[in-house]
Amino acid sequence: MDLSTNYLGLKLKNPLVPSASPFSENLDNIKIMEESGASAVVFHSLFEEQIINEAENFHHHITFGTESFVEATSFFPEPQDFHIGIENYLANLTKAKETVSIPVIASLNCKSLGSWTDFAKEIEKTGVDALELNIYNIPTNFDLSPQYIEDSYLNIIKKIRSEINIPIAVKLSPYFNNMAYMAKKISEAGANGLVLFNRFYQPDIDIETLKMKTTLSLSTSVENRLSLTWIGILYDNITADLAATSGIHKTEDVIKLIMAGANVTMMCSALLKNGIPYLKIIEKELKEWLEEHEYHSLKQMHGSMSKKKSHDGKAFEREQYIHTIQNFSN
Amino acid sequence: MPEKIFETLDGNEAAAIIAHKLNEVIAIYPITPASSMGELSDAWSSVGKKNIWGTVPKVIEMQSEGGAAAVVHGSLQTGSLTTTFTASQGLLLMIPNMYKIAGELTPTVFHVAARAIATHGLSIFGDHSDVMAARTTGFAMLCASSVQEAMDFSLISQVASLESKIPFIHFFDGFRTSHEINKIEVLQDEQILSLIDDSKITEHRKRALTPDNPFIRGTAQNPDVFFQSRERANIFYNNCPSIVQKVMDDFKKVTGRKYKAFEYFGTEDAERVIVMMGSGCEAASETISYLVGQDEKVGLLKVRLYRPFDSKRFIETLPSSVKSIAVLDRTKEAGSSGEPLYLDCIQAVFENNTRNWKKFNIMPKIVGGRYGLASKEFTPAMVKAVLDNLKNEMPKNNFTVGINDDVSFTSLEIDKNFDIEDEKVFKSIFYGLGSDGTVGANKNTIKIIGENTDNYVQAYFVYDSKKSGSTTVSYLRFGEKPIRSTYLIEKANFIGCHQWNFLEKMNVLEKINENGTFLLNTPFSAEEIWSHLPKEIQKTIIEKKVNFFVIDADKVAKDSGMRNRINTVMQTCFFVISEILPHQIAVKAIKDSIIETYSKQGKEIVRRNILAVEKTLENLFEVVIPTESNSEIKLQDYISNTAPDFVKNVLGKILEGKGDDLPVSLFPYDGTYPSDTAKWEKRNLAEEIPVWDPDVCIQCGKCAFVCPHSVIRVKVYDKENLVDSPITFKSHNAKVREWDDLKLSIQVSPEDCTGCGICVEVCPAVNKSETRLKAINMMPQPPLREQEKVNWDFFLKLPEKKLTHSETTHIRQQQVQQPLFEFSGACSGCGETPYLKLLSQLFGDRIYIANATGCSSIYGGNLPTTPWSKNEQGRGPAWSNSLFEDNAEFGLGMRVSVNQHKEMAESLLKELNNEVGNEFVFAIINAKQKDEAEIHSQRDRVEILKEKLKKINSPKALKLLELADYLVKKSVWIVGGDGWAYDIGFGGLDHVLASGENVKILVLDTEVYSNTGGQMSKSTPLGAIAKFASGGKMTPKKDLGMLAMNYGNVYVASVAFGAKDEHTLKAFLEAEAFDGPSIIIAYSHCIAHGINMTKALDNQMALVKSGQWSLYRYNPDNLLQGKNPFKLDSAKPSLPLKSYLNMENRFNILNKLEPEAANKFLDKAKQLIDEKWTFYSNLDAKDLHHEQK
Repeated sequence: MDLSTNYLGLKLKNPLVPSASPFSENLDNIKIMEESGASAVVFHSLFEEQIINEAENFHHHITFGTESFVEATSFFPEPQDFHIGIENYLANLTKAKETVSIPVIASLNCKSLGSWTDFAKEIEKTGVDALELNIYNIPTNFDLSPQYIEDSYLNIIKKIRSEINIPIAVKLSPYFNNMAYMAKKISEAGANGLVLFNRFYQPDIDIETLKMKTTLSLSTSVENRLSLTWIGILYDNITADLAATSGIHKTEDVIKLIMAGANVTMMCSALLKNGIPYLKIIEKELKEWLEEHEYHSLKQMHGSMSKKKSHDGKAFEREQYIHTIQNFSN
Repeated sequence: MPEKIFETLDGNEAAAIIAHKLNEVIAIYPITPASSMGELSDAWSSVGKKNIWGTVPKVIEMQSEGGAAAVVHGSLQTGSLTTTFTASQGLLLMIPNMYKIAGELTPTVFHVAARAIATHGLSIFGDHSDVMAARTTGFAMLCASSVQEAMDFSLISQVASLESKIPFIHFFDGFRTSHEINKIEVLQDEQILSLIDDSKITEHRKRALTPDNPFIRGTAQNPDVFFQSRERANIFYNNCPSIVQKVMDDFKKVTGRKYKAFEYFGTEDAERVIVMMGSGCEAASETISYLVGQDEKVGLLKVRLYRPFDSKRFIETLPSSVKSIAVLDRTKEAGSSGEPLYLDCIQAVFENNTRNWKKFNIMPKIVGGRYGLASKEFTPAMVKAVLDNLKNEMPKNNFTVGINDDVSFTSLEIDKNFDIEDEKVFKSIFYGLGSDGTVGANKNTIKIIGENTDNYVQAYFVYDSKKSGSTTVSYLRFGEKPIRSTYLIEKANFIGCHQWNFLEKMNVLEKINENGTFLLNTPFSAEEIWSHLPKEIQKTIIEKKVNFFVIDADKVAKDSGMRNRINTVMQTCFFVISEILPHQIAVKAIKDSIIETYSKQGKEIVRRNILAVEKTLENLFEVVIPTESNSEIKLQDYISNTAPDFVKNVLGKILEGKGDDLPVSLFPYDGTYPSDTAKWEKRNLAEEIPVWDPDVCIQCGKCAFVCPHSVIRVKVYDKENLVDSPITFKSHNAKVREWDDLKLSIQVSPEDCTGCGICVEVCPAVNKSETRLKAINMMPQPPLREQEKVNWDFFLKLPEKKLTHSETTHIRQQQVQQPLFEFSGACSGCGETPYLKLLSQLFGDRIYIANATGCSSIYGGNLPTTPWSKNEQGRGPAWSNSLFEDNAEFGLGMRVSVNQHKEMAESLLKELNNEVGNEFVFAIINAKQKDEAEIHSQRDRVEILKEKLKKINSPKALKLLELADYLVKKSVWIVGGDGWAYDIGFGGLDHVLASGENVKILVLDTEVYSNTGGQMSKSTPLGAIAKFASGGKMTPKKDLGMLAMNYGNVYVASVAFGAKDEHTLKAFLEAEAFDGPSIIIAYSHCIAHGINMTKALDNQMALVKSGQWSLYRYNPDNLLQGKNPFKLDSAKPSLPLKSYLNMENRFNILNKLEPEAANKFLDKAKQLIDEKWTFYSNLDAKDLHHEQK
């Protein structure tokens, strides 16, 4: 069975791609991903804030208390060349690329335009196959207009596109005034793919300690509906490839999203829950399902249930909502 | 000669560069002010920097200077070129080995940053007491007077030592030279190589011990031969001065710099000559130059080679015209007929007569005097006073200069207006805080000027003795000629005040020149500032026509993401205003320097600093000066008028910066100072202070327990006491059941708080309506200061509750006890002081403390004010510091002495049985005194006894009256850090533990030498970065507790108050109750760990949860009940070790330097934790009954 697919110009043997997660911090895990059938891997994210905080804290702690007391004008040996900033990330990325033969996609999460482009250029030099930009921004400024935010997204993408040559994917949140418009604009700005959608880690409250909890909760299959909706709508309407992420746990989820129009399906929670070798099961079940249902290749069903190609394209629109409510009431 | 290369560096670095290039083995031990020579050597070797023969010197840290000297000895005996660096007590510890090294004629150089020796008090500052104590060892002694000479003489002494076979002390003045930054011409490898005679190295190696050609050295000798052997070496000493002079002559050929063993400077027909050595020669040379210009017949003889003292050469160097000579010694030899250099000079002049060298036209008068002890200033005015004294028919002998001796009248009068400083030299003074980066900025500034202009430069820094909120004063000079002014600046062209609040008390413009420039960091704009200045400052600005600039540097720094580091901002201001460099070039130089300094710490840090430079240019404004001073603001007093006279008249003057003016008579003759003085020094350091919310508070006492400066206090009292309380004074019904009828208050001393915020972090109570608030919250200090001062004063007057024993066993009640350790100069958020405070609360009214030198002796005993205090009965800790290495023995001495007093008292009491009363005597002698209540009862009995004794008219009664207080239990606590307990003092500590005596040992374990700047000790954990462990500590932390447990009869506890405070309390109570030696190893977080000090208790929690530190108690008393003496009090490790290590820079640095090495250390550390856990838990589970069967 031919499970191959194309994503960001890369020819992949199947649509199963582990998304950015702490797994890929360990190179052994990346090797296991490859052995378990992953067709590509998204390397863990480089967070600009993390780099900045690390540098700031390091600098603060190495200078704090110095030149204050005559007998102890410093507390650490004279600093040599520290590997602060993205050096470690780049070194690990290079090693990852050397470790596996499947494509490695870097993931970058920044907040300022200068850093996005600087880091992107450094990442490209490692020889990775593509770059996923994780534009994760929760605006809390009550005076910031939506137009400003949308423009800043597009500026980032255009700027990076002009600076690097490797394919770019953009991982997005669904919270735009007009998702279709933004997807089209991002595609036009030079993105080779869209990754839909980012899961936000929302805070929780510990009612005993009266503190905020920031624990990570794993996704469930229900959550892939949002991705399915928008992939179905966007398929064949924009030039960028589409990657589905969030809530992909079962083979059935993979099939649905490919049918909706995803080029690849990305998994994180499922692997955290079941272990990396779970990929093997998914791949096997996917192959069996396609065979059972007499598909000759994965591509045959790609986009088959999208808004454009399905017999019931209205299911992606508001009318279907009303229909659903009525059915529920009945 | 190669092209000259200039660098701007300090004396220690200048010496260390050469020492590292010329040696194969370097044995080190940290001691101020020599530490940085060892630190630099270690850092260089750790990155593979090679000596001139292409090998990387092996740098090895030892447990003491004694150990370092022995390593040097062993290494020399086996043929390696070997050196060490030290000072003060460190050099004294090396003396036994120095006799051996010299006796065996072994070439080596000991580089010494000369420092005072502790006598009536400790001083870390510079004089020649240490090297003079070593002058009998047989080492040659070569003295450098400047940073340039420190580098040059490092080489000359090494070459001369190889040539002469005589080992050398190469010394220079601690701080004045070791820490002065100066622009010097550096020696290059080809110059060094050209002076080294390889055949001498071969000779050294051939004399090495080797089994391939065995011989014996170090024999024991009998009366028949020892003497002759000792004299056998004379010829080498006789030849040494000529060898040194020849090396100096050769040195001139390759560098152009000329030196003499004795060097004369002055007129050929000088009649008055000063003889001296060290940095004072620079000030003296300046003064002589000036006076010669005034046609005075004066001169200076600089002693370079002090040992071997070549009398003939000395006499030859003096002008024959000399009529009177003053020999200046920077040391004090109490009881001698004169100081050492003086006596040597007298001998030489006498020898001139006896040998008939016929040097002088007339026999000169020769007098000796002392100057500059412990870095006391030595100025041109003092040089002139010395020369003026020589004009007298009978010049004063054994004089002092630089002090006002109104007791033995040794001092010379000084003309304070005598000023010879070159007006072409630009002089600037900067007042800052340690934490704001002022010193760092100025070090950077002076390097920029040194490296970007043809100017010669000099920088010197003065710090106060506090570890939190310390004030720094930077003195910068630069000019066209080499700077030789080895004294502080008295008249400055530029004064920078980097902290606005200094103007509350300090007259920062006292030293400004006419038309000088004043730069002030202030929140007020150029338009607003005038009305906020004190009257004195306004007047000076107008009268001296001062150019005045302001900037809100704190705002610029914060806006640039630099937190409170205003260094870059103020540095930029200085360059822009002073116009030392053209504006564009200056800004570029600053930016280049930022890139060079911070690039290795990431682009973001560079970006922020550069942003700060740019924002500075937009925010610096000149103030238009009004014609009249109209301010009603006056500079405040440093000390309250209500303070005792000694505090006001002596300690207050020291605080004011006028300590140099205090006459001798005001000082105690034996180093005894009053306790309880820190409370008079109100430092107002905190921007924010904790404020108590009684309604939210659960009264757990944790905030008071953790407060490092004892500024948060708890009292319970009868509600009647609240009559007349201030309106804003807070109280609440006590929540402890036994205190049902009482009120409770938690009060903060607003002016003593350092604002660390650790109390807020530990507070477990949360405001249920606004969860960001707790029961104690940080709020801005200024608006609260006056109100809370009144509340604090009221609080202090509330009665202290005496606790029963059971009440001291839980923190929420125990914390009501009055701390007798308060407001120390420790770091904000210090991890040691909560233990000391607890100690003082629990046993403070009957405790002796023997305190090892280190952080705790500095914040515990550094003048001007000290934190050990007294209760309302006048009782409190009796504290003393002897040395670093001897503390356990020092404490043991206290114990046995106190025991003797008690024994004598009991004996007398028994003898007075009939007069005092049989039952009463029995009650006193047999009192158990096991807990607080019993001790209180005994105290009452002793008071009654004293009344009875006063009525008995007999010598025995009088004698017993003197000793009666010893009948009340006395505790001896031996306190020190890990440097003492694990390293230098371990031998003594071990012996004291083994003695079985009832002493208590508290090890404040910060896992590094904190006081000297974070050098590795044997307590440092595996993989931690520390000085002398630049690549991470290669070996695990020593298990001191297990070593102590081996004795079986020692109480041992391992505690970490941030992880389990009740456990710490329990351990202290048990250790005290145990009738024998006890040791508590107390984890103390430290600024040297590179941590967030406010959240340090999180670190302690993680430390224990990860298993990196175990909590346990080993109580031999349990054995008596057939129980297992060992109790493991921490749970099985539940936190990944990495999570803890990531919280501390000392571990993180290695991740940034060598991630793979860090991972290897991590794996090894995990394994060690597993092994330790298994071992301790097995020990805990041991079934003693089963074993006994």
